[in-house]
Amino acid sequence: MLLIDCPHCGPRNEVEYAYGGQAHVARPEDPYALDDREWAEYLFYRDNPRGDYAERWHHTGGCRKWFNAIRDTATYEFRATYPAGSARPATGPGPTSHEGVQP
Amino acid sequence: MAELLPEHPEFLWRNPEPAAGYDVVIVGGGGHGLATAYYLASVHGITNVAILEKGWLAGGNMARNTTIIRSNYLWDESAGIYEKALKLWEGWPEELEYDFLFSQRGVMNLAHTLQDVRDSERRVYANRLNGIDSQWLSPQEAQEVCPILNVADDIRYPVLGGTYQPRAGIAKHDHVAWALARKCDEMGVDIIQNCEVTGFVKDGDRVVGVETSRGRINAGKVGLAAAGSSSLLADMAGFRLPIQSHPLQALVSELFEPVHPTVVMSNHVHVYVSQAHKGELVMGAGVDTYNGYGQRGSFHVIEEQMAAAVELFPIFARAHVLRTWGGIVDTTLDASPIISTTPIDDLFVNCGWGTGGFKATPAAGMTFAHTIATGSPHPLNEAFTLERFETGHLIDEHGAAAVAH
Repeated sequence: MLLIDCPHCGPRNEVEYAYGGQAHVARPEDPYALDDREWAEYLFYRDNPRGDYAERWHHTGGCRKWFNAIRDTATYEFRATYPAGSARPATGPGPTSHEGVQP
Repeated sequence: MAELLPEHPEFLWRNPEPAAGYDVVIVGGGGHGLATAYYLASVHGITNVAILEKGWLAGGNMARNTTIIRSNYLWDESAGIYEKALKLWEGWPEELEYDFLFSQRGVMNLAHTLQDVRDSERRVYANRLNGIDSQWLSPQEAQEVCPILNVADDIRYPVLGGTYQPRAGIAKHDHVAWALARKCDEMGVDIIQNCEVTGFVKDGDRVVGVETSRGRINAGKVGLAAAGSSSLLADMAGFRLPIQSHPLQALVSELFEPVHPTVVMSNHVHVYVSQAHKGELVMGAGVDTYNGYGQRGSFHVIEEQMAAAVELFPIFARAHVLRTWGGIVDTTLDASPIISTTPIDDLFVNCGWGTGGFKATPAAGMTFAHTIATGSPHPLNEAFTLERFETGHLIDEHGAAAVAH
């Protein structure tokens, strides 16, 4: 069970939240300038790292605000949560890469 | 009593040292990797093949799935590949000369809302048009197939009926892997365990080998069949995949006398249940919503699936959970797989099966082997290439996946 620290409400159980995938994905400034490949990248291609990942969460069972988090996808440890619109904060050591949890 | 498991043959496979190079290197020694090597050798005559597995043979998702096999998918493209898989499953025990207890006990997909009913009936008609056995069952007919199913109309989500595919069923997954490994070995394929790929050797835009924890291995062609880790491998090779990795967990109960004669799935209340040959109740539910590589899942998913299971099968209320575990699944946006060439020459990828890779094992292997051997897709996987994310010809199978992802 994840304990997620909403920047507005404080730590709550993960069942209060909905997941929103990768954070900081900007909508293209000039959509007409994109070719099919670039549209595919914008719509369907997301990072999928093993290690630190900047992602969006929605506090559906609380303040109903979107916010961002940095979470390690191998250990599930949250390194930071921060309001939507803020820059990605610096967090401790980098991604755990391909080591770490073994099957 | 429950069924006895088949005896092992005296010899299964060698454990060779990696050679300096191979015509084809398959990354991932699970069901799909083994099936791919099997068809490369048996159909295309390519036997100078290595399967590289970072852990032990078939110890990843092949050891973690709930073994359900069915082909009741909505769209023609999916019907083509999953039904081919089911037909191959029907012939595999004889072809592989190994009994892995493929049991065609049927799969029932329950409907709990009016929309469920409409979608389910539509899928039955679509299945029949594709020559796939499929029928609509009333609640009473559903209970005739599975007598322990609760069809009372005063529960939270009453059973309004269900679709039924009689040819669907389950198989003993470990034995499937061992059957394939034995045949691959017989044909000269090297199965190399404890050999993790740590990089790709490239000559311009062409892959010419892999770096591994056991040294460099040259390769004429490389096929990736490493569900859960596909995008990590793609990153290493220098291209992106439209894949997100999620934990999917399952659980089993203690052993019981046979009580559950078929497979029952419910997308709406979200549980799927069968009874293993030995007697455990095997259950699964949806993936965790967040990305993860941790091979464990969220507890509330277990709580919700157990609540659903006990409501559908009141007889389960006294069962004890014996074991839970998780696997990591490659999910795509349209819940359909990718069997494709990649932007790197001679590097091929089979991934994105989401929660349903086991059932597809034979057809995934057959079409991936064809793609690797010929450099172009088999007619059955033409629609499942990476290009569909650019052309927009997605194959949206969320409705038939029966698992939220």
